[in-house]
Amino acid sequence: MQYHTPSSFDDAVAIAKDAQGVTRFLAGGTDVLVQLRADIVTPDVLIDIKKIAGVSEISREGDGWRIGVAVTGAEMTEHDTLGKEWPGLVEAMDLIGSTQVQGRATLTGNLCNGSPAADSVPAMVAAGVTVSVTGPNGARRVAVEDIPTAPGKTSLTAGEMVTAVHVPARGAHAGDAYLRFIPRTEMDIAVVGCGINLRLDGKKIIEARVSLGAVAPTVLLVEDAAKAIIGTELDDAALDALAAAASVACKPINDKRGTIEFRTHVAGVLAKRAAKIAYQRAEAAS
Amino acid sequence: MIHVSTKINGDDVEFLCDPRETLLDTLRDKLGLTGSKEGCGTGDCGACSVTMDGRLVCSCLVLGAEAEGKEIETVEGIADGENLHLLQEKFIEHAALQCGVCTPGILVATKSLLEKHPDPTETQVRYWLAGNLCRCTGYDKIIRAVMETAADLREAS
Repeated sequence: MQYHTPSSFDDAVAIAKDAQGVTRFLAGGTDVLVQLRADIVTPDVLIDIKKIAGVSEISREGDGWRIGVAVTGAEMTEHDTLGKEWPGLVEAMDLIGSTQVQGRATLTGNLCNGSPAADSVPAMVAAGVTVSVTGPNGARRVAVEDIPTAPGKTSLTAGEMVTAVHVPARGAHAGDAYLRFIPRTEMDIAVVGCGINLRLDGKKIIEARVSLGAVAPTVLLVEDAAKAIIGTELDDAALDALAAAASVACKPINDKRGTIEFRTHVAGVLAKRAAKIAYQRAEAAS
Repeated sequence: MIHVSTKINGDDVEFLCDPRETLLDTLRDKLGLTGSKEGCGTGDCGACSVTMDGRLVCSCLVLGAEAEGKEIETVEGIADGENLHLLQEKFIEHAALQCGVCTPGILVATKSLLEKHPDPTETQVRYWLAGNLCRCTGYDKIIRAVMETAADLREAS
């Protein structure tokens, strides 16, 4: 295995373009190195991107944020203002793994690993996060929901890599939340996850995005669930419509962590709870 | 082979490693620092915990090559020569270990916790140490040892 530490994204892409065999980008390594050690994915070329300038920075981009591709969960949690504006996004990332994993794991890694149960991904989708992608054929901007295509698969083509994560401006009267179900309190993989982001005008919801994880081959953006609460004050009827729309969108599998029936039901329950938290946060935001 | 220059427990160290070699393997097999243990090798158990530039990580999920230019602290760096750190004394006093395989990782993780949060709640300690598995103690003695260390360190400072 070759190990490279390029100092620019251009160099990283050039290495990836010319690479023979299996190529992996290394940021926190909490998936890549597990797969390597378990002989699930044995890269021929490993490109460590952490020596590229700016990859560990969280910075303002307009009124939004630019999060570097090697920024760890711990760094997001410790940031002064990111979590005040986007508590759901930061809490979702913070749910992943242990303190030790938080010291290494990244948003971009969680996204590119392609797991439908990735905790940060529904929160990013709900927040309307986009990523910059660069590759042999140039650069493009992609919505997070368009990156995963199947379990372990992404829409990134050979030699392409994510170079930055863009979080939109929070704006006024808005809030987000992410909840997941696991059968214990820590150190587990989501059985269902739900991210909700909404904006209020007075008491009425005027914008919303609802996302579900672990209930389909990819994380879902559920537009019907958002429609169920837009224009409402999140009364009981709206919450019931939200839960119904969330459950209808589920196409889960049966596995040892949860049955199809259980996941479908819990998606609705979590959607209601996450919507209430997001609503409270939006009301509290001036 | 990759040439790596790093600092481990305050000492400058150089080594050669295969690109696939983990920092844990480097520490144990090349540098003779066998305090860090391999429990799972997949970042679940925390027995290999070290800090890298002050950040708690699993050394089984760090490549040896990634240590280039970093400062690594392992369990071997906690005691001052023959004098145990208060944390280590408290673990002995409370019998917060039985087989001892998880202990180095828990000591490193706890030291890292107390540097960031000198006055943690029990809930904070339990969440912080959620990635350090122990099959012997049932955790309670560990938590009591950590809480008492934190209290004594606060008094001493």
